[in-house]
Amino acid sequence: MTAPEAVLDLRGVTKEYPGTPPVRALRGIDLTIRSGELVGVVGPSGSGKSTLLHVMGTLDRPTAGDVHVAGYDISRLSDRDLSAVRARNIGFVFQQFHLLDGYTALDNVADGLLYTGMSAADRRDLAADTLGRVGLAHRVTHATSKLSGGERQRVAVARAVLGRPAIVLADEPTGNLDSTSSDAIVELLEELNAEGITLVVITHNPEIAARFPRQVSLLDGLVESDSAAAGVGR
Amino acid sequence: MTDRNGIVRSRLHAGDVLRTATVGLRTRKMRAALSALGITIGIASLVAVLGLSDSSRSDLLTQLDRLGTNLLVVQAGTGIGLGNAELPDTAAVMVERIGPVEDVAAVGSVDANVYRSDLVPSTRSGGISVSAVDTNLLDTLEGTVAEGRFLDEASAAYPTVVLGSIAAERLGIATIADGQLVWLGDQWFAVIGILDPLELAGSLDRSAIVGAGAAEDYLGFDGVASSLYVRTHPDWVDGVMGVLPATVNPENPDQVEVSRPTDALEARAAAESAFTALFLGLGVVALIVGGVGIANVMVISVLERRSEIGLRRALGATRRHVALQFLLEALMLALAGGLGGVLLGVGVTAGYSALRGWDVLIPTVAWTGGLAAALVIGAVAGLYPAMRAARLSPTEALRTT
Repeated sequence: MTAPEAVLDLRGVTKEYPGTPPVRALRGIDLTIRSGELVGVVGPSGSGKSTLLHVMGTLDRPTAGDVHVAGYDISRLSDRDLSAVRARNIGFVFQQFHLLDGYTALDNVADGLLYTGMSAADRRDLAADTLGRVGLAHRVTHATSKLSGGERQRVAVARAVLGRPAIVLADEPTGNLDSTSSDAIVELLEELNAEGITLVVITHNPEIAARFPRQVSLLDGLVESDSAAAGVGR
Repeated sequence: MTDRNGIVRSRLHAGDVLRTATVGLRTRKMRAALSALGITIGIASLVAVLGLSDSSRSDLLTQLDRLGTNLLVVQAGTGIGLGNAELPDTAAVMVERIGPVEDVAAVGSVDANVYRSDLVPSTRSGGISVSAVDTNLLDTLEGTVAEGRFLDEASAAYPTVVLGSIAAERLGIATIADGQLVWLGDQWFAVIGILDPLELAGSLDRSAIVGAGAAEDYLGFDGVASSLYVRTHPDWVDGVMGVLPATVNPENPDQVEVSRPTDALEARAAAESAFTALFLGLGVVALIVGGVGIANVMVISVLERRSEIGLRRALGATRRHVALQFLLEALMLALAGGLGGVLLGVGVTAGYSALRGWDVLIPTVAWTGGLAAALVIGAVAGLYPAMRAARLSPTEALRTT
């Protein structure tokens, strides 16, 4: 069987933060995410989850090791190139939503492709469709500050998947939500995955991670277990 | 546009550049307005100072234009040892022979006082002098009559008098109706006219003016002029000034004083521009303070909007996009302040000019320069905050606070 193409490939990735003693947030991570996967990365706080997300999202460079995203070796790319890779290939969902309050849901979602050079009219058309897809067709012209937490996170998810990026990285997407909204968001992520979106969801909540087809467990900057480690050949 | 790695660069359309640059202004309107206010005040003072000084100067220049700068006054010198020097008898005739001289009017002083009536005590002369003049004096000075008429060939030979504006006021004569008489040198003179103020010959405003013939016949005037008013061809003013002393008094040219009355008005214009420089300096200080205010607000804004910066980097913004956003925001703040300042400055100029009866004149350089200064200030004020925003690493910006 030929495995789907790898959209994210980490080899021996370490990340140290300067200090005395230096903080070793990642201590040699090997991880491959293939197109179409839905992966839960779980671990207690301090296990390096957020650092891993930043490295996977090209927001930060590893101290050592190789990172390939959507086929690009990020060690060979300039800061400007990395911005371009993020603009087209990576979508982010954050625990704090990071919406621009004062703007409508539509404008917030349309901003997902703001830096790609797509025309504003095309972005807005696409955003309206995507808002409909996440069940917020009735909230298109509402200011995001007037929406509930669950709705706000749906807007953020819509923004992340707007351009159908190679991979969507979600950092504690349910961290600020009550359990009902939380379930709804997880369901939405599952549905989007079923439509072909590749997703990595970082969470400290093992129950949520357990719902995903593949779980990667982090501890002290190392992969403690990977449910797919045995399954997918190379 | 792709680079050597085959990556399609991040791009931001011009319209989106503007939209992102106004996020801060639209979400924090009050703060934006207050921080632009400093620039508004600075620009308004610059525009108003330049506008007011130009308007008042143009008023002076109109006045100069109307009066002409080609009028010269020749007077006998009053230096040490000269006593009350007089001009030679031949002075007026000689001056007329200078080619570019168009008009000469002689004025002599008469030793007499003028009173409202013969009952006024002789000590209360009111400081009014009596001048014996040629009939072409008014034309030479380009003066006008407020009431009645000026002396002519006929009236100049008879006991008639024309009063200068201040002289008429001091004598309490506002009208020449009913055969108004004044007691002048122990006899009655008929008042036939009252003059408007003479801007180029203020001393005549305080005079009772009689014809030279009448002065000789009735007041013992010796016919010697004490000053000559000389109107020259406008292109030859300096040349005529140069030859006048020797022409008037070939023996002692240094005892002749030649002056140009409009010089005083020009000096006034120059003095006003000295004040203009001072106020301009104050305006520049206000502008700099306004710029510091904008820089301050922008630095705070960058700190407050760290997560927005992080989000934009995650969405694919380059450092340049972020820098541009904050720089443009500062520029727009300054530009808004500048526009407000120009409007305010024009308003102040128009209001004050209307009050003073001047033509409103805003020099182009005032408002273009004002807006340009605002933009420069905005750019300088925005540069440091923009650099800080751009240098922020995406992970640092996204870190929860």
